[in-house]
Amino acid sequence: MIKEWLFTTDHKRVGILYLVGSLAAFAVAGIVALLIRWELTGIGETIGGVGPDDYNFWLYFHGAAMILAFLIPGLTGFLANYLVPLMIGAHDVAFPRVNAFSVWLFWFAIVIALLSFVIPDPPDIMWTGYPPYSSEFSPGNTAFYVFTVHLIGFSSILGAVNFLCTVIYMRAPGMKWNQLNFFVWTILGAFVIQLIFVPVLASSVTLLLTDKYFGTAFFVPANGGDVLLYQNLFWFYSHPAVYVILLPAVGVMMEIISNMSKNPIFNYKAAVYGGVWGVVVLGSDVWVHHLYTSGLADWIRIGMMVTTLIISIPIGLLIISLVGTLFRGSIKYSTGMLYATSNLFLILVGGLTGIPLAMTSLTLHLAETYFVMAHFHFIMGIMATFAVFAGIYHWFPKMTGRMYSEKLGVIGFVLNFVGVNLTFWPLFYIGFLGMPRRYYDYAMFPEFEPFQVMATVGAIVVAVSMALNFYNWIVSAIFGEKAPENPWGSNSLEWTHCQSPPGPGNFPKLPKVSSKWHPHEYKPQVIEWV
Amino acid sequence: MINRVLLLAAIVGIIVFGVLPVGAEDEVKRAFTDHTEEFHKVWVHLLWDIGIIGGIFLILSIYFMFAYRRKRDDQIGNGPKFTTMGMILGWALIPSFIFMADDFYLSAQGWKLWIDQRTVPENAMEVEVTGQMWGWEFEYENGAISDNDEGLVVPEGRPVVLRMKSDDVVHSFFIPRYRIKEDLMPGRVTYLWFYPKDKGEHVFTCTEFCGTNHSEMWGKVKVVSQEEFDEWSEKNKG
Repeated sequence: MIKEWLFTTDHKRVGILYLVGSLAAFAVAGIVALLIRWELTGIGETIGGVGPDDYNFWLYFHGAAMILAFLIPGLTGFLANYLVPLMIGAHDVAFPRVNAFSVWLFWFAIVIALLSFVIPDPPDIMWTGYPPYSSEFSPGNTAFYVFTVHLIGFSSILGAVNFLCTVIYMRAPGMKWNQLNFFVWTILGAFVIQLIFVPVLASSVTLLLTDKYFGTAFFVPANGGDVLLYQNLFWFYSHPAVYVILLPAVGVMMEIISNMSKNPIFNYKAAVYGGVWGVVVLGSDVWVHHLYTSGLADWIRIGMMVTTLIISIPIGLLIISLVGTLFRGSIKYSTGMLYATSNLFLILVGGLTGIPLAMTSLTLHLAETYFVMAHFHFIMGIMATFAVFAGIYHWFPKMTGRMYSEKLGVIGFVLNFVGVNLTFWPLFYIGFLGMPRRYYDYAMFPEFEPFQVMATVGAIVVAVSMALNFYNWIVSAIFGEKAPENPWGSNSLEWTHCQSPPGPGNFPKLPKVSSKWHPHEYKPQVIEWV
Repeated sequence: MINRVLLLAAIVGIIVFGVLPVGAEDEVKRAFTDHTEEFHKVWVHLLWDIGIIGGIFLILSIYFMFAYRRKRDDQIGNGPKFTTMGMILGWALIPSFIFMADDFYLSAQGWKLWIDQRTVPENAMEVEVTGQMWGWEFEYENGAISDNDEGLVVPEGRPVVLRMKSDDVVHSFFIPRYRIKEDLMPGRVTYLWFYPKDKGEHVFTCTEFCGTNHSEMWGKVKVVSQEEFDEWSEKNKG
């Protein structure tokens, strides 16, 4: 049994391995978030014996683990691995062994990240790792950060090659590009971004490594280096990385909203070619909005303000399609659907609070405050997490062959939604008033204490909801009642042509797709086999 | 006749293109815009802007979510079909142009404010700011020196420009009251300016993570009257 899982090359098992790894990272980083929030409930040292260095390490770990080890692998590792071959009607991915290699690279990265809890000087350089702090002044072991990024980056590049090949060459006979599931399109977009930009991140952290340990001076101005070089390289990847998270999250929402309202996607072609590919193309020209206060030339800050605001066009098309798909639908609410529809609210709040942050003159005030922090937690943290949860619930019957407890799921959802709003709305407010990020202490703003306490209460509510969700998944996967073959009445291949859970090779024979078939069409359709 | 017309045109031309801009230029040099106030105008515009967009989408989605619930088990959706190119492009291009118009409107607002924020008034008082782990040093034109315990003491009613550099890592100087911040880093000099027109104390903080005591790198901007400032700077000289 253990051997089977260790040496598996089956994309479904690889997907589950990604899920387990990323949820483990999520759980640890979530507990760390609770500690951070608890520390902030009072001015000065709140948890006995916790100094600023511990706190800074927690911030580093929370950020790096949530983004690199939970969100990206959860969406492009777990969901892509499990669903893409099923949705396009393939027996497996194009390179199954490469796929197995990439999941184990990811697991090693998690081990290295977790090791930083036990080593003497853990990294305290935040997930951005800006030099010269990280390269010259930090007492922490920057190498642990660099190697985590290397391993996860390598894993992502392998995944990107694998999935691009899979979708291009292994679609079911007769399946045209315009008959792809929306989620498959978003995964394509996300992996194109990964393939192009991950090497840039890898190079920037490698230069950091040689600066720190081999005495090079890429980022040392006294020796002819440049501090801003790192920031440019880092955000050249890390801004598109936001879309690596956003696109599959929207893809999951679109799948579930379309399926549960039994409605074809509103303007599918505009959402795919305008929305998804618009984000991919424009998303690479906006990274300077992370450097609005960094002393770059004025003209580039203005230029990138315009490009950043223009991003609202493809995102707007995606949101129109999400909302429009509900129009005249036949909506049934499952836990997955609740997560998906409430995500509309999160994506609006997170997206629209991004607009002042796109404007360089307003960001001069808002940058590096709790306002930014609340903004990206809404759009990236919570929205994408809700998408992963929606995905887990929606495809739970597919993965396990059993039903989860809808009652527990709904209670968990309500607590989760209330909790995140309770946490982050006060932070928007004190952020606008000037509360800076990454502060262990806020003695200069004693009046913010009640808001910090409110946010911590919200975080505790979220923690309760997480416990319910994890309990629900684990217990239901073992003891849940048998799920019907197609509980949501979907027309996508993974529901109509496979067992739950799908056996080795997924499909007994390859499904044949007629030109009239569409995964997001809910009228009775002709289903054929080759 | 024609000569007279030409002469008149020449005179008008000289006045319009020659004399007037010269006068206007003088005015530009003398005057400056208090960007802190402009910030609030743009901020209010922006809140209306995102409030309306968000409101429309939110009300529509909540309405759809309640109005179109499934009545029978076998019911399927009856959403619009996008079969014609006109329908697809119309629903893509019209919203795109609306969003784009809004983007350009906001860009223009942001750009105008940006020019105000980055154009240093000529009569501004220069203060050299140095950031280091974990404190600030302020050096005034007359050689007076201050730090973050003493605070950034400035006279009321005269623009202040900060020329900033860092001795070690990246820091960032942020005055929430004046809605500005800019990073300090080794190897570069950056600047920001503000108009202290209200007496009192305002918090400034470091907003770029710089290690253990990052959260202790704060102090107060102390806006005092010109006389008090002169007295203070005399005392702190050297």
